[in-house]
Amino acid sequence: MIDPRLVLVLSAVLLSLGVVGVLTRRGAISILMCVELMLNAGNLAFITFARINGGPEAQIFVFFVMTLAAAEAAAGLAIVIALFRLRGTTDVDEINLLKW
Amino acid sequence: MELIAFFVLALLLIASALVVITNRNPVTSAVALAFNLVAIAGLYMVLDAQFIGLLQVIVYAGAIMVLILFVIMLLNLREEARAHPVGTFQRILAPVTTLLFAIVIGRAVWLSAPSSFPEKTEGFGTAASLGKELFTRFYYPFEAISLLLIVAMIGAVLLAKRKVS
Amino acid sequence: MVDIIINFLKIVIVFSLLMLCVSIMTWVERRLSAVIQYRLGPNRVGPFGLFQPIADGVKFLQKEDIIPAEAHKLFYVLAPALAVIPALCAFAVIPFGPTVTILGKQIGLVILDLDGGLLWAFASTGLGVYALVLAGWSSNSKFSLIGGLRSSAQMISYELPMALSVVSVVLVSGTLRPTQIVVQQAGSFLHWNIFGGGFQLLGFILFTVAGYAETNRNPFDLPEAEGELVAGYHTEYSGMRFAAFFMAEYINMMTSSALGITLFLGGWQLGLPARWLPEPGWLLWGAQILAFVVKMAFFQFLFVWVRWTLPRFRYDQLMNLGWKGLLPLSLANLAVTAILVVYGVVGH
Repeated sequence: MIDPRLVLVLSAVLLSLGVVGVLTRRGAISILMCVELMLNAGNLAFITFARINGGPEAQIFVFFVMTLAAAEAAAGLAIVIALFRLRGTTDVDEINLLKW
Repeated sequence: MELIAFFVLALLLIASALVVITNRNPVTSAVALAFNLVAIAGLYMVLDAQFIGLLQVIVYAGAIMVLILFVIMLLNLREEARAHPVGTFQRILAPVTTLLFAIVIGRAVWLSAPSSFPEKTEGFGTAASLGKELFTRFYYPFEAISLLLIVAMIGAVLLAKRKVS
Repeated sequence: MVDIIINFLKIVIVFSLLMLCVSIMTWVERRLSAVIQYRLGPNRVGPFGLFQPIADGVKFLQKEDIIPAEAHKLFYVLAPALAVIPALCAFAVIPFGPTVTILGKQIGLVILDLDGGLLWAFASTGLGVYALVLAGWSSNSKFSLIGGLRSSAQMISYELPMALSVVSVVLVSGTLRPTQIVVQQAGSFLHWNIFGGGFQLLGFILFTVAGYAETNRNPFDLPEAEGELVAGYHTEYSGMRFAAFFMAEYINMMTSSALGITLFLGGWQLGLPARWLPEPGWLLWGAQILAFVVKMAFFQFLFVWVRWTLPRFRYDQLMNLGWKGLLPLSLANLAVTAILVVYGVVGH
């Protein structure tokens, strides 16, 4: 049978990969995608703990996180579209109008 | 049997995550992320959370990723420029830092879990058990999140609307 | 161990039968369209043109394998496979027969008896959108891109009315398991979910119309229309890759009809009251499997008939119908079904 600690380490690896992605990527949409990666790592840990403890609470939490991620992706992408219309690029290094 | 499935899925997971964070073409990243999400759904099914696993495919891989792909194609995003001239120091530092981070968090979760799963409780992961909880104990969060979805939809439409002059 | 062999056999049988039905469907489509259009249709290759699908297969196999110069090679090659795989996967949860007893072992004639079987069907059809988007984008051609985006927008728009009409059936049946939904529709055909069992006539109509839009069939086939978009997302495909998209379309048609039959028309139920049925044995089971096949055949006939009769929708008319027509209707259907279930008129 599977060792739950292995699954949790897998989710930790996924989380760190997502963090590196957010810090390294330049396109706004790519950063959003790495954030989704991190959210999924968290969901995986939740489901593992749900299986360990046996109740539906953690699964409900995952359900809500998924819904929230959908709402956040939609709103974030709308912001990226608006930004693209304004600046012509989604490169986050170019979006520095408020810099002194 | 489940161990084989777990290792195959874990391999797919890490490989697609690496593609997501390194590939410069946004469409390739998006498709790799879709694979990643389906692999995670597979892991949920291995862990007996059937409803959440199928929901993951429907919501995440089937809707959110399609939305992201649409926006990438709408904006006609080309290959992303590489980060600023990356020196040797950074090329070594980035993977090492990732590894250290993963080790720290990995050690934390390693100490927090038992070494084998207990027996599956009756009705774990079915739609019926989740639905029962969702409509009784978690009723207010459920209503709140539907409100949040409406707000997000209205916000997205307003933000992305072309200004009619 | 025996279970693994049985499951493997089930998969092989269902897969081969599906592929066979696809080739039969190409023949049926061409002959039936000829009958509707008062002409002959293929009648040279074998008696009544019955070997035409073989000729078609050979033709596709021997075509040159062209990849456009600026196309994104990986996704160009991947897209046809991504079209066929989800279409086939969705068929895994559909019960095409009752629980038979072979050599003393009870075998349910369904590949995956999941607790959330209907969700699996939706997950698979939802994954089918990727093929369209990737095919359209990777072909690096204007017609393909616009066709692909329109096609996938159409698919995701019509997923909503389809899902809502299915949710109404789930309200009536109280379960997401297709095998259970079919078992609950036992008895005379008045017990089927479309008639007295659930009063889902409106739901059935919505499901069928949304099914036509999901599978990109006429009257919703603007993305493939020759005059408008050359061939939409599969403009740049030729040979076996085009045949893969073709196959995926037919398999999607069959999956959508099979879902509709399971949910609304009683699946493999014969529609006769219990006292008229013979003893459980191969006579009864064979008749029930045959009933499923006959219902599927009727649905495929309906698909072809509608295709060659109706003109196609313009794109904005199509989107208006989906969002402003079908979606409110399916919500109303859901509300009415919910009221009926609460007051005990229907429901298990």
